[in-house]
Amino acid sequence: MLFSPFISKPDNVSQIMLKVLLALLPGIALYVWYFGPAILVSITLASLTALGTEALMLRLRNRPIAPFLKDNSALLTGWLLALSIPPLAPWWLIVVGTAFAIAVAKHLYGGLGNNLFNPAMVGYAVLIISFPMQMTHWIAPHGLGQIELGFFDQLEYIFLGVLPHNATLDAITMATPLDTLKTHLHLDQSVQQILDMPIYGQLAGHGSEMVAWGFLCGGLYLLATRIISWHIPVAYLGTLFVIAGIFHLLDPGHYVAPLFHWFSGAAMLGAFFILTDPVSSPTTNKGRLIFAAGAGLITYLIRAFGGFPDGTAFATLLMNICVPLIVLYTQPKVFGKKSPKDNPVHKEGRP
Amino acid sequence: MEISRVLIDNEKMRTLYHFHGGIHPPSNKSQSTQVAIARAPLPSRLVVPLHQHAGEAAKPIVQVGDHVLKGQLIGMPDGFVSSAVHAPTSGTITAIDMQLIAHPSGLPNLCATLIPDGKEEWIPHKAIDYRDHSSAELQQLLRMAGVVGLGGAAFPSDIKLRIGKQKITSLILNGAECEPYITCDDMLMRERAAEIVQGAEMLRFMLDASEVLIGIEDNKPEAIAALKQAIADRGMNHEVVAIPTIYPGGSAKQLIRVLTGLEVPSGKLPTDIGVQCFNVATAYSVYRAFAQGEPLLSRIVTIAGNVRQAQNYEALIGTPIDELIALGVALPDTNGYIMGGPMMGIPLPAVHVPVVKATNCVIAASDRLFPPPPPALPCIRCTRCVEVCPADLQPQDLFWFAQSKEFGRAQAFSLFDCIECGACSYVCPSHIPLVQYYRFAKSEIRAREHDKQLADQARERHEYREHRIEREKQEKADKLAAKEKAAQAAKLNSLQQPTPQQQAELADLEAHRAHIRELAQSGVEHPED
Repeated sequence: MLFSPFISKPDNVSQIMLKVLLALLPGIALYVWYFGPAILVSITLASLTALGTEALMLRLRNRPIAPFLKDNSALLTGWLLALSIPPLAPWWLIVVGTAFAIAVAKHLYGGLGNNLFNPAMVGYAVLIISFPMQMTHWIAPHGLGQIELGFFDQLEYIFLGVLPHNATLDAITMATPLDTLKTHLHLDQSVQQILDMPIYGQLAGHGSEMVAWGFLCGGLYLLATRIISWHIPVAYLGTLFVIAGIFHLLDPGHYVAPLFHWFSGAAMLGAFFILTDPVSSPTTNKGRLIFAAGAGLITYLIRAFGGFPDGTAFATLLMNICVPLIVLYTQPKVFGKKSPKDNPVHKEGRP
Repeated sequence: MEISRVLIDNEKMRTLYHFHGGIHPPSNKSQSTQVAIARAPLPSRLVVPLHQHAGEAAKPIVQVGDHVLKGQLIGMPDGFVSSAVHAPTSGTITAIDMQLIAHPSGLPNLCATLIPDGKEEWIPHKAIDYRDHSSAELQQLLRMAGVVGLGGAAFPSDIKLRIGKQKITSLILNGAECEPYITCDDMLMRERAAEIVQGAEMLRFMLDASEVLIGIEDNKPEAIAALKQAIADRGMNHEVVAIPTIYPGGSAKQLIRVLTGLEVPSGKLPTDIGVQCFNVATAYSVYRAFAQGEPLLSRIVTIAGNVRQAQNYEALIGTPIDELIALGVALPDTNGYIMGGPMMGIPLPAVHVPVVKATNCVIAASDRLFPPPPPALPCIRCTRCVEVCPADLQPQDLFWFAQSKEFGRAQAFSLFDCIECGACSYVCPSHIPLVQYYRFAKSEIRAREHDKQLADQARERHEYREHRIEREKQEKADKLAAKEKAAQAAKLNSLQQPTPQQQAELADLEAHRAHIRELAQSGVEHPED
């Protein structure tokens, strides 16, 4: 009992992170439903790697290990990365990505609260640049692959790299809906023709669109519990919708409808779970709108005109760089001052 | 401007405004409002600090061994911002020395110790009709009656009434009492509403204010009803306004915003926007000073927290707090005491320190009521602090600057607009003692500015001294040169213009020589030969 205030709200960082992890569960459940349990294996691998790397880095940095391991932030980084990369991949892929995210993107920047970049997205960028092959082997959803692997076959492939004798990698994996769209557009097919392919569902990819719904539900839970504010998801999805809508209206044969963008790739995950990372996003509401709108724009540009199938990760990282500047120029008006630019007053009012 | 809601009050519509942020901590007020205010028994001794108010300490005007009467002046206001201190009862002054008081610094301060004789013998005093006096005279009376703000800041009231040429539109009485546990104003309003509204009228008279607004949080319906009744009974047109219960709605600037929609400009005073604000208990003291001629000798103190019976007591200034706590009976696991509320109060350095004019509440603390916070984690910039800051600041940035000692940037981010309400610390999920960082940064900046001022003064002094030495040297040299010149001139003059005596000698000499020449020319023998 040293100084006021002597009371505090019963709330802590580890509970906040735990709620974010919980909010991912609907999406994960649908993931398992449509794509099989491989994702659970990569989430487990990511969790173990994240905790191990976190403990090791804390030890190297002479920081207390227990309180930081309990904050759940490393787990969240691992889960987000696992959900961003193909689940049916050699075990070391997620391990390398997670270890890099925690060790370099988080701890070399000063640990919890100090990372300039979203660690999970740094891990993703490292993997997609270093191991592009492994990053394209996405599992086909139920009923679409030529052969479906059982759980133990999946485990065998992940840990030993061995497939059943009758299966090839091509037979069990496929390009993502965004990737397929891009490839076939290059072949001069129209959007309408492409969307008739069996891998597409109601709005976007069969199965993956449902996972996106799951993340949307989780995101609404985060909004309802006020863990995130509306600014980032609304500005991100809104910008993506408006830009995609403009292009779609101009040339519907070449540019896919905005809802396709919402429910494809990492858009929902990014809007509610990745861009909203408090540490690497702006602290002002106006700044959040600018930050997320910029990310929405970059995501669309990469998807429509860039070399990578999805753009959420690079959009996040590029906008992360701008955060300090955005925050500086979006300072709100202070009580008793005329405008945000009002000169600081150095003397205090009389009581 | 955001309009939060419209309230129909006395058939008048008053639009209430909203300030950003705020929190809803558990109020814990009902425990101490079950029974009426009790008069605390006369304590065994009274320790009256001479510095209980903002500004300069009062100068002691009694000596050890003096017998004093109740209400007798023992400390004379000393300086522009200062206030008088009186003997709270009759008795003997046994010491005037440094004693521990309730102050964040924990440093002792000059106090007069009085042993009561139990007679409660008053010094002659008389009521005055305030309408017969000028505002300036009334201000002087309040200064000599030791009336200071009883909301916690203890700012001398006469200074706040000295408004010069400024026109005051609204006089605001602050009955918000937004801090948890504290109920002294609530109970005072319930039980002594008539005195409060008359005190308000006296304040209005001195300020020549057009309207009187009494702001009370809507969790005090009894107080609101009592004041409305008292106003109606006297046919006054003061307006009681129920305001939303939100902490820190009782902070003067936030209350002014809620009631008038005006923001006191940063670094300015409420009077600059035509508003002045007093606590309801201050209005009560003004009433006592004028209508009964009694200086400020006692105040209502809430005893709450880890005690068997929480209650409000009317306690004499100088009452040792342990004697007050004993009335409520602290529970065995009590491990400390807080003066003020749990949001902005200070821990008492010792439980025997005296009640002062700023003591609105004493809370017995225990680990059960105030569990020690878990170790702080790094800031994750979640901005829960931003959401609750009533000054629209960026607490997470200010914390960052304070932590890295970037005081210039902290100032540029309006550190000094922070009112230290503690809302940010309350909601911080990393349990960072944010307010403590701001206090540290503010005190460092003040200390540096003070050091800089001293250094500037020292440098100026040094430069002046150098200049003076140089000038003296020059003057000396000039003087010497002048003297030498004068001496030379004198020498020259002495050659050109002989004195009369010399002239006479010269004349003699010339005459003698002329005589010799004559003798030589005549060729005659020397007469002496």
